[in-house]
Amino acid sequence: MGRQRVKFTFEAELVKEPIIYMLGRDFHLVTNIRRADVGETLGWVVLELDGEKEEIERGLQWVSSTGVRVDPVSGDVLQG
Amino acid sequence: MAFVSGLRCRECGREYPGEALNVCDFCFGPLEVVYDYATISEVVSHDRISAGPLSIWRYHDLLPASGDDPVDIMAGFTPLLKARNLGKRLGLNNLYIKNDSVNPSYSFKDRVVSVAATKSVEFGFETIACASTGNLACSVAAHAARAGMRSVVFIPSDLERGKVIGAAVYGPTMVAVDGTYDEVNRLCSEVGDNYPWAFVNINMRPYYAEGSKTLGYEVAEQLGWRIPDHVVIPSASGAMFTKIWKGFNELACLGLLDGVEAMTFGPDQNTVHHPAITTKMHMAQAEGCSPIVNAWAGGQSHVRPVRPDSIAKSLAIGNPADGIYALRVINESDGSAYAVPEPQVVEGIKLLAETEGIFTETAGGVTISALKHLAESGAIGRDELAVAYITGNGLKTQEAVEEVVNPLLVKPTMSSFEEALEGRAAVSQ
Ligand SMILES: Cc1ncc(COP(=O)(O)O)c(C=O)c1O
Ligand SMILES: [Zn+2]
Repeated sequence: MGRQRVKFTFEAELVKEPIIYMLGRDFHLVTNIRRADVGETLGWVVLELDGEKEEIERGLQWVSSTGVRVDPVSGDVLQG
Repeated sequence: MAFVSGLRCRECGREYPGEALNVCDFCFGPLEVVYDYATISEVVSHDRISAGPLSIWRYHDLLPASGDDPVDIMAGFTPLLKARNLGKRLGLNNLYIKNDSVNPSYSFKDRVVSVAATKSVEFGFETIACASTGNLACSVAAHAARAGMRSVVFIPSDLERGKVIGAAVYGPTMVAVDGTYDEVNRLCSEVGDNYPWAFVNINMRPYYAEGSKTLGYEVAEQLGWRIPDHVVIPSASGAMFTKIWKGFNELACLGLLDGVEAMTFGPDQNTVHHPAITTKMHMAQAEGCSPIVNAWAGGQSHVRPVRPDSIAKSLAIGNPADGIYALRVINESDGSAYAVPEPQVVEGIKLLAETEGIFTETAGGVTISALKHLAESGAIGRDELAVAYITGNGLKTQEAVEEVVNPLLVKPTMSSFEEALEGRAAVSQ
């Protein structure tokens, strides 16, 4: 089993899509939202995913393919 | 000893012990160091600071690691120069350059890494690691060498040569990641979860980031315990920007600024604002990666992530972790944020070199071009005291300015030399 903390950032046109619901429904993953902020033109959700490592990988790939940006939870870890 | 009482979540306020943690278990917000300021205010003084070493460790009372035996290659206490020539060009009579490009590994990162490395030793780690676009890798590898620790540095595979060599020479395990920027990021955060290493900007981040406060302390001390009216700072994650502001405010609250009354810190120490701190905080980013500037210009409290495409690689962070906190500092200080058009990055490098004899990297070019914009637009008044932070060294990004090389080619004779010199004079007339 694996566990990963991620941040999804949604552009306006995706804010209304039930991405997280679908992530839980179509993949063997448990989603656990910790913090979120959804505005008119931009939204983000910080959540934890529980499941098999490969399944997390597959799920995140699908989320990225919808146009949602996926980042590690602490933001960019790459530093100057 | 360090006067740390623990860590606190910046979002929900939950408290944690002072361990190798960086995110809140509950809300996944970032953790920040909590200090015992009551004790600090009893011991700290100008005399005690001036009696300390000529490095960031002279401020050890205000740092989250013990100054007794730090991992110290003498980061900090870099020159603050009055920039008369550049000032004349820009119409500023009171301009200073904080030349942090002359740190031991040639960037301000030595400040943050010295603190993180000291803390890593304290926690008993044997390996110190980072994910970096260059400067951080150089600094981590250098401090690891000094501490006798192993280091592992992750860099994007397309980095400038000066940064690759400037890190590799200290003998780290270097991992050049072939992938998109986002993939590098994702990999590194996963590695951080799976290896018992001190990742300076992941599990050491709360301590690491505090090292940048010394950029605020030093400027104040070098100005005779005063603060500037304006500062211009290059930002990537936005962390340094917020910490310089915090540094000024800590000095004020502890009564360490001339003519300023001490004040108590509230429960959220990290965002304390002493009314005497009137410095306007100006942020500089390059247009090819300016998510924080965009948010400020659009009046948003969110930072919309971008895909970086900039010559200023050291500032190329698309999803800045401290972006929203930096935005708050800009607003609270009545500062501003400016995105420098890409071609002006190199112009900024040359302008500083030609006027003040300081060779900075692309991040410094961003700072100088933003400063020029602020001067020309009247945001900085002619007689106001302004400090521009130059945080990295030009020898690491030589590719950016290669076209300056244009020597007189002569035969080893006087006549050949004189002919060439006249030719050049004719051209430049
Ligand atoms: C030379 C230089 N200046 C400025 C910065 C920006 O620092 P921060 O990420 O704290 O905003 C970096 C690295 O990120 C850097 O390498
Ligand atoms: Zn929290």
